[in-house]
Amino acid sequence: MRITDLPDQGVVVCCGSGGVGKTTAAAALALEGARRGRRACVVTIDPAKRLADALGLAELTNTPGRIDGDWPGELWALMLDTKTTFDNLVVRYAGGPDQARRILENGLYRNISGALSGTQEYMAMEKLYELHEEAQFDLVVVDTPPSRNALDFLDAPRRLTRLLDNRIFRLLIMPTRAYLKAVSAATQAFLRTVSKVVGSEVVGDAVAFFQAFEGMEQGFRDRAQKVSELLADPATAFVLVASPRADTVDEAIYFADKLQEAGIGVDALIVNRLHPRFGDVGSGGTDRERADTLAGTDLGVLYANLADFREVSEREESHFAELATKVAPAPVARVPFLAGDVHDLDGLATIGSHLFEGVA
Amino acid sequence: MDPAGFCSQTRVLIVAGKGGVGKTTVSAALARMAALAGLTTLIVEIEGKSGLAGAFGRRQPLTYEEVTLAPGGGRSGAADVRARTLTPDDALLEYLREHGLRRVSRRLLNSGAVDVVATAVPGIKDILVLGKVKQLERDSAADLIVLDAPAAGHAVTFLMSASGLLDAVRVGPIRTQAQEVMGLLTDPTRCQVLLVTLPEETPVNEVVETAFKLEDRVGVSLAPVVVNGIYPPMTGLDVDPVAAAEANGAHLRDGEAAALRSAAEFRRHRQELQAEQIARLTDALPLPQLRLPFVFTTELGPSGIDTLAAALGDAVRALPEPHPASR
Repeated sequence: MRITDLPDQGVVVCCGSGGVGKTTAAAALALEGARRGRRACVVTIDPAKRLADALGLAELTNTPGRIDGDWPGELWALMLDTKTTFDNLVVRYAGGPDQARRILENGLYRNISGALSGTQEYMAMEKLYELHEEAQFDLVVVDTPPSRNALDFLDAPRRLTRLLDNRIFRLLIMPTRAYLKAVSAATQAFLRTVSKVVGSEVVGDAVAFFQAFEGMEQGFRDRAQKVSELLADPATAFVLVASPRADTVDEAIYFADKLQEAGIGVDALIVNRLHPRFGDVGSGGTDRERADTLAGTDLGVLYANLADFREVSEREESHFAELATKVAPAPVARVPFLAGDVHDLDGLATIGSHLFEGVA
Repeated sequence: MDPAGFCSQTRVLIVAGKGGVGKTTVSAALARMAALAGLTTLIVEIEGKSGLAGAFGRRQPLTYEEVTLAPGGGRSGAADVRARTLTPDDALLEYLREHGLRRVSRRLLNSGAVDVVATAVPGIKDILVLGKVKQLERDSAADLIVLDAPAAGHAVTFLMSASGLLDAVRVGPIRTQAQEVMGLLTDPTRCQVLLVTLPEETPVNEVVETAFKLEDRVGVSLAPVVVNGIYPPMTGLDVDPVAAAEANGAHLRDGEAAALRSAAEFRRHRQELQAEQIARLTDALPLPQLRLPFVFTTELGPSGIDTLAAALGDAVRALPEPHPASR
């Protein structure tokens, strides 16, 4: 694969640590898709406000909104509403409106859909699957949440089914007598402690939730399985986004390892915010020597400044090379430090020109 | 204000900021500055993974057991910088052990039952982590505890866990725990939040928003805000390189004039943008600022941390002494 092939894929997942420019990379990829005449949609998680405004994303939406512009294809964007996405999923798999209502009103469910760490990741992937299934778009690009743990979005569907499969709570919804026999002393001690520590209504909510959920687990499990399959599909491209600083490069390497372990692998690498290189005569070291020799003169200042940037650039290049080797043979793209924050379509087009036209 | 005085104003400093602003670097520099001022310092890392150990040149990741990252002593009279992790799972296991569930705690964790409880009561893990921090503070684990908080959006949720639980849980040990954590968070002599940002548009917007949320919703006091990555001022960047070379009788190689010119232009432009953003921050957020330089010359590592610790010390010295009556 080449970087220029990315906008021709069916699904692209942008991942990487926080603050490296995932959202702008994702939006730039979708924009390029639209410019190539494709129907493209970008799913964003938490865009900076001005970029959100530029994409017509004044608030959380659960359905994509179209952005008009001078391109042959279509560009759509959506800012993920985790809770609504989850609610829709419940309604879809519930046996009827009664079951759906009992779940949606349950305290434990409200916490799962709003606060469970991993739910946002799960719903991002769920939305990706939904958009992919509906086949309204040729290209769906999804940004991943800035997770505490790098690959929560891969693991999230399994996490939820694990919660639903929880043995202790499955036992809780059994009829009383069988329950007393089956629940071990340790579990009883635990439940007593839980009731004492957080109050019995929490346990009551949990029991009601699992009872209400009865019969829906299989649907959820199958759905989670399909999401995992879509992510593992060779037609789904994973783009690792990074910046060339030592600490974020370490995180990116960790990410690449984890993706490889998950049997997915990195299909492309985008490195943002590279300082410019400024010429190819000598090196940062020789510039620094000249600056020292010329200290106190106008020319000395200019050399000191050049040396600063050359040294930064040399360090960044070595980090860049390390990462590129790590993900080889995946192609790499470089985006320089831009003059300002990207907050409109012109800015996205600038990023696109660096990604797809090799503008240095 | 001298660094020792600055670091003695409170016993826990929670360092928070958006991803990519250098929160971990600032935590490291802050800890080192305190240690150089003679205060023993403990860095608490709660996400189980950060560049903190690496910043001090340590290859192995941090663990639940404290390690010394930067030994003090010697002629400098510095104190030690120690560090440990405190992940939610660690805190929960310790809580269960201390509440008579030692034998079953591991099994409960593995069985997933704890996941159900943590889901049913959002914030319970956060409150356990903060409860443990409060315990470290009460036990005087160090003169200064530096808590490397979750990335910004999460930081607000994390610190709001105490007030949230007070609403949700009416009785019992968790409520007591939440009350004690509120006591810590709302007492500026015990705990303050130090926000980190960059002189760029999005990070500035974000830090202003976080600052107001933390004050209004958590009631925690804010330490000065750290503006990280500022290009050290350099003047004379508008001089033409060819003219400057002639004045010196120096010879420029092919392409060098262009490189010198565009590098100078780049820095001037960035300096202007940074100055605009710093001015915007000053207008929007009435907090003193500690400005840290972008380090061009060395990689982040022990020497880089010392450079930043020294710069942070200079910035602290430039702060006015707190008015005695206002304390």
